[in-house]
Amino acid sequence: MISLRNVNKAFGRVQAVRDVSLEIAKGEFFSLLGASGSGKTTLLRMIAGFESVTSGKILIDGQEIQDSPPHLRPINMVFQNYAIFPHLNVRDNIAYGLQRLGTPKAEQARMVDAMLEMIALPGYGDRRATQLSGGQMQRVALARALILKPKVLLLDEPLGALDKQLREQMQLELRSLQRQLGITFILVTHDQEEALTLSDRVAVMENGAVIQVDTPAGLYDHPTNRAVAAFVGSMNFFDATVHGQGDAYRAEIAGLGPQRLNGQAGARQDGARVLVAIRPESLTLSPTAPEAPQPSVQGRITARQYMGGRQMLHVAVEGRAAPVAVSIVAQRGDDPWDGSEGRPVWLTWGPGAISLLDAE
Amino acid sequence: MASYTFHRKNRPLALYAGAFAVFIYLPIMFIPLFSFNSGWYVKFPLESFTFHWYVDLFQREQLMRALWNSIKVALFVSFFSTLIAIPAALAVARYRMPGKSAAIGFIMLPLVLPGIIMGTSILGLMNWFNVTLSLVTVTIGQMVICLPYAIAVLLPRFIGVGRALEEASADLGEPPLRTFFRVTLPIALPGVLACLLMTFTISFEEYFMAFFLGGTEITLPIYIWTQLRFPDDFPSLLALATLIITFSFILVFASLRLARIGESLTQEGAR
Ligand SMILES: Nc1ncnc2c1ncn2[C@@H]1O[C@H](COP(=O)(O)OP(=O)(O)O)[C@@H](O)[C@H]1O
Ligand SMILES: [Mg+2]
Repeated sequence: MISLRNVNKAFGRVQAVRDVSLEIAKGEFFSLLGASGSGKTTLLRMIAGFESVTSGKILIDGQEIQDSPPHLRPINMVFQNYAIFPHLNVRDNIAYGLQRLGTPKAEQARMVDAMLEMIALPGYGDRRATQLSGGQMQRVALARALILKPKVLLLDEPLGALDKQLREQMQLELRSLQRQLGITFILVTHDQEEALTLSDRVAVMENGAVIQVDTPAGLYDHPTNRAVAAFVGSMNFFDATVHGQGDAYRAEIAGLGPQRLNGQAGARQDGARVLVAIRPESLTLSPTAPEAPQPSVQGRITARQYMGGRQMLHVAVEGRAAPVAVSIVAQRGDDPWDGSEGRPVWLTWGPGAISLLDAE
Repeated sequence: MASYTFHRKNRPLALYAGAFAVFIYLPIMFIPLFSFNSGWYVKFPLESFTFHWYVDLFQREQLMRALWNSIKVALFVSFFSTLIAIPAALAVARYRMPGKSAAIGFIMLPLVLPGIIMGTSILGLMNWFNVTLSLVTVTIGQMVICLPYAIAVLLPRFIGVGRALEEASADLGEPPLRTFFRVTLPIALPGVLACLLMTFTISFEEYFMAFFLGGTEITLPIYIWTQLRFPDDFPSLLALATLIITFSFILVFASLRLARIGESLTQEGAR
């Protein structure tokens, strides 16, 4: 439905977007995730038509649109700072785009009322738009765009300015709204949690380039790149070397020892240097050596950190400078790791816990 | 707290501000005072109270003609200089262009050039093209004077509207010209009205262009200047000046008010 083909954008000497190619399906909730300055806004503004492409093509339903002006694109946008018209009331803000379409006045009023209902602001039509709270303005901006029934809705960090509670509530509403309307959403965010909970697929951007596109689960479980692995959730990285061939791949992991690989090695050469990534929650801790033969290593707890319902334990192991982070569910009241600093423990992990990345 | 000393009352500064106001307004206060004085001369003690000089004004045909000329010219000057300044200010506010700061400096130059130099040079230009001097040439000359002021008043308003709102309008399907009339202009409207009032005031009081380019037609400032030679007319001029001062105060006050309204609107817009 939307295709980006080798899209580039340069501002003078700054290469803001590098060779981005994406295919976004109809009705998909798609997110652009990346740190500040990674080119997300620039990419979105090129889709909307506020920035020209330096090179490349943008297609909607097979039609090239990269050269048409913003007011002719079947796309609407929710701006980061809402961009609510201060001289108009809520009703006129929402109806703004209908005037051009020549919708009859009575029909406009009906549509606006339906929108106000949908964004849970019934009866707010005659308020001055500037008297609304941030969350309410956000909804008006959304209604103003959705009333035009766009093929694609672009959202640039739409929830960034809201406090945590309101943000989580709006996330749920956005998601159900998108489901209900079936409109393609492209959301820009620097909040990985937001991207993972809302999206069907996520493109991770770094330095102007898309470095991985996948479903939230795919990104989380199989990051192909150290930056993605580090950006999405937290991650332990280990230097490692691959040995063997065919079905008998083994990895020699610094700090964890040898580890059999089940096809994760791909087509790597014997002796290739790789990076092993293990999520803190994929590791388990036990105070005694495991009985069943499974990969394990002995270490010593050096620090503990409470993080809401979980706690993070830092375990020093031999052969690795930084301690390994292990995340466990925090028990209320009865805490088995109380006073455990300095005690020896055993780290174990299942065969699926390991992701293999290219070493830089 | 650091802010404590900053917000404390500062007596010497308040005194200074008071003295400043007296210095500016005291001479002006004498004008209305003596305009109601029945004596011929501006000197104390005052004689008796009279409206005579005001009544006298309306019996001077030449003055009425000059007043009407001034109003006509000021209306045209304010309308056209504002009309021309709007796209110029908008362009400066919106677009990056090479040599922009040089261009702004060039536009603002007439602000600091002495009126007599502007007057003579435009007169030379008119002669060169064989243009007959009239109120039309005065209007053109005064527009040159007013344009930089107009742009200076409009520019912050257009910057304040912010590109984001115009982009939002384009995003909702409106082409640029309609975006201007539905978003930019309404939000900047108080600034536009302030600009009209200010250029009207400038034109109304302008002397040099009216003097050099007026030909046989005179405006109010020229009239006042020529009448100053006749001591008998002086009290009437004081009455006239009083009316003009009152009128100007109202205009300036209104335009300041508008500027403040405009500021609050554009600040909300820029959020
Ligand atoms: N109008 C512009 N002129 C020059 N550089 C820009 C402009 N807009 C963005 N950039 C640069 O492009 C890069 C990407 O910016 P942006 O797309 O805003 O990133 P993000 O939205 O991911 O934070 C940054 O280095 C930024 O400084
Ligand atoms: Mg951004």
